[in-house]
Amino acid sequence: MSLDGEIILQLNNVESSYGPVKAIRGVSLAVRQSSIVTVLGANGAGKSTILKTISGIIDPQKGSVIYKGEPIQKKDPAWIVRQGIAHVPEGREIFPLLTVRENLLMGAYTRSIGERAAVDSEIEQIHAYFPILKERSGQPAGLLSGGQQQMLAISRALLAKPTIMLLDEPSLGLSPKLTKEIFEIILRINRERGVTILLVEQNARVALKYADFGYVLEVGRIVMEDTCAVLREKDDIKEFYLGIKESGVRGTRRWKKKKNWR
Amino acid sequence: MLQFLQLVASGIAQGCIYGLIALGFVLIYKATEAVNFAQGDLMMLGGFVGLTCTVALGMPFWVAFIATLIVMMLFGMVLERAVLRPLLGHPSFTVVMATIGIGFLARGVVTMIPGWGTDTYVLPVPYRDEIVRIGGSDGSGGLVLSMEHLMIIAVTALLILSLFLLFKYTKIGIAMQATSQNQLAAFYMGIPVRRINMLVWGISAAVSACAGLLLAPITFVHANMGFIGLKAFPAAVVGGFGSIPGALVGGLIVGIIETLAGFYLPEGFKDIAAYIVVLVMLVVKPNGLFGENLRKRV
Ligand SMILES: Nc1ncnc2c1ncn2[C@@H]1O[C@H](COP(=O)(O)OP(=O)(O)OP(=O)(O)O)[C@@H](O)[C@H]1O
Ligand SMILES: [Mg+2]
Repeated sequence: MSLDGEIILQLNNVESSYGPVKAIRGVSLAVRQSSIVTVLGANGAGKSTILKTISGIIDPQKGSVIYKGEPIQKKDPAWIVRQGIAHVPEGREIFPLLTVRENLLMGAYTRSIGERAAVDSEIEQIHAYFPILKERSGQPAGLLSGGQQQMLAISRALLAKPTIMLLDEPSLGLSPKLTKEIFEIILRINRERGVTILLVEQNARVALKYADFGYVLEVGRIVMEDTCAVLREKDDIKEFYLGIKESGVRGTRRWKKKKNWR
Repeated sequence: MLQFLQLVASGIAQGCIYGLIALGFVLIYKATEAVNFAQGDLMMLGGFVGLTCTVALGMPFWVAFIATLIVMMLFGMVLERAVLRPLLGHPSFTVVMATIGIGFLARGVVTMIPGWGTDTYVLPVPYRDEIVRIGGSDGSGGLVLSMEHLMIIAVTALLILSLFLLFKYTKIGIAMQATSQNQLAAFYMGIPVRRINMLVWGISAAVSACAGLLLAPITFVHANMGFIGLKAFPAAVVGGFGSIPGALVGGLIVGIIETLAGFYLPEGFKDIAAYIVVLVMLVVKPNGLFGENLRKRV
């Protein structure tokens, strides 16, 4: 557990909307250096909106996003990537007609030509995490399976050499086995490379297992925050997110039905 | 037989022109999902800029050629920045209307510029009226190709090759492909999407201008020469709107069929041949020859 690091990313009372639709209503959270932080929430809670606001894809109406002590809200997404914030979007969003390797190179777009050799050796290291990507290196990425595309999306973000990585529902549409595999790699990325991780999930079970600190988001507001060790033991979390207790079976089923398969 | 080959050869040359303009359409369509109806007019402007460079400024032809491509590239970029970018996020109908407007404006303004106007001009090219004979003996018989046609084919091939290298092997070229495949993801990667789109407009305008310069020795330069773009449109559709090799192949098919139809079929078929090809194509293979079907999964 690494919960004693400096606060590297902080949201203060952030409000973001899509036109008239207010998606998050005053979210505050803090991410410490080298930790894994998770934000849990159901469909439409505003999880993706939080990440998009951090990476500059949408501008908040109110509040501030502080990264390494500087406000970064309303900055250009490309500038934010260059500061060390990489975003793995919901639903992978790979480039389907580019080869696997070209997809990886695009992850390194913001890096200078002088880093060419470094990028090449990092691709080698990434092949060690995900050997399948080496095998499929020259194939169009659109031919990969959903799980392999998730691996590609994570690797691509890694090539931006991030200080902090934003992961949007990495378990989306994956089998439990594959979900575990991906989370093991996320853990390794965090422990071996010291990359700070902010991940949003609906799959509370796996997120609480791997993360250090967690927030629970409901219709745009943080309703609970604590270390994952504590959150795992809370009754309402058990009930609504983990599906334990009598109402559990029903709860699980309902939650699964609501899950968004794109 | 020889006559047939002769027709095919000039059909190929004509098809290269269609292919280049179609390529211009496709580049912009892939990047911005908008169809640029001013593509033919960019070609016409290219012809006039070339005319100014050679006749008024006295540049040697090939210097003028390069200068024209650069000027038109900048023009395309300015056009994107000034007219198209402010329309970002509006329905593509708005964008299409804007490009139609640009076309009218271009044709109108050209007639007002001194030295351009409504007249028809000859672009002085060094290879005018030369011919090349393939086969035959003693300077007679064999396949006769005009230098104008050969130049069209050679320069088109060269241009396509450089574009291929650009898109396949350079970082900026791969980023252009990436942006056209998934604009949102490109933003996430920190690719400067707006600048990339501006560059695509620039390249598209330069490619059209190149078509104009190559065509000028045959049809001359005049304000309405851009209407040929109406035939490049079917070429793009036949190739599968959105495919770069498709645009060229579509252009060649339309060019060859049109030339053959003009010779072997009754009067009038030449001008509708392209559209017949499109209709047949849309019925048989709606996605075009090179239509891309790879979509993201899950
Ligand atoms: N592009 C958009 N335009 C309008 N409203 C949007 C848009 N994207 C999201 N919203 C709205 O904003 C709210 C929060 O959406 P968000 O995508 O952040 O939820 P989420 O927690 O990521 O959900 P999910 O688990 O389904 O991905 C929702 O009410 C949603 O309807
Ligand atoms: Mg989401």
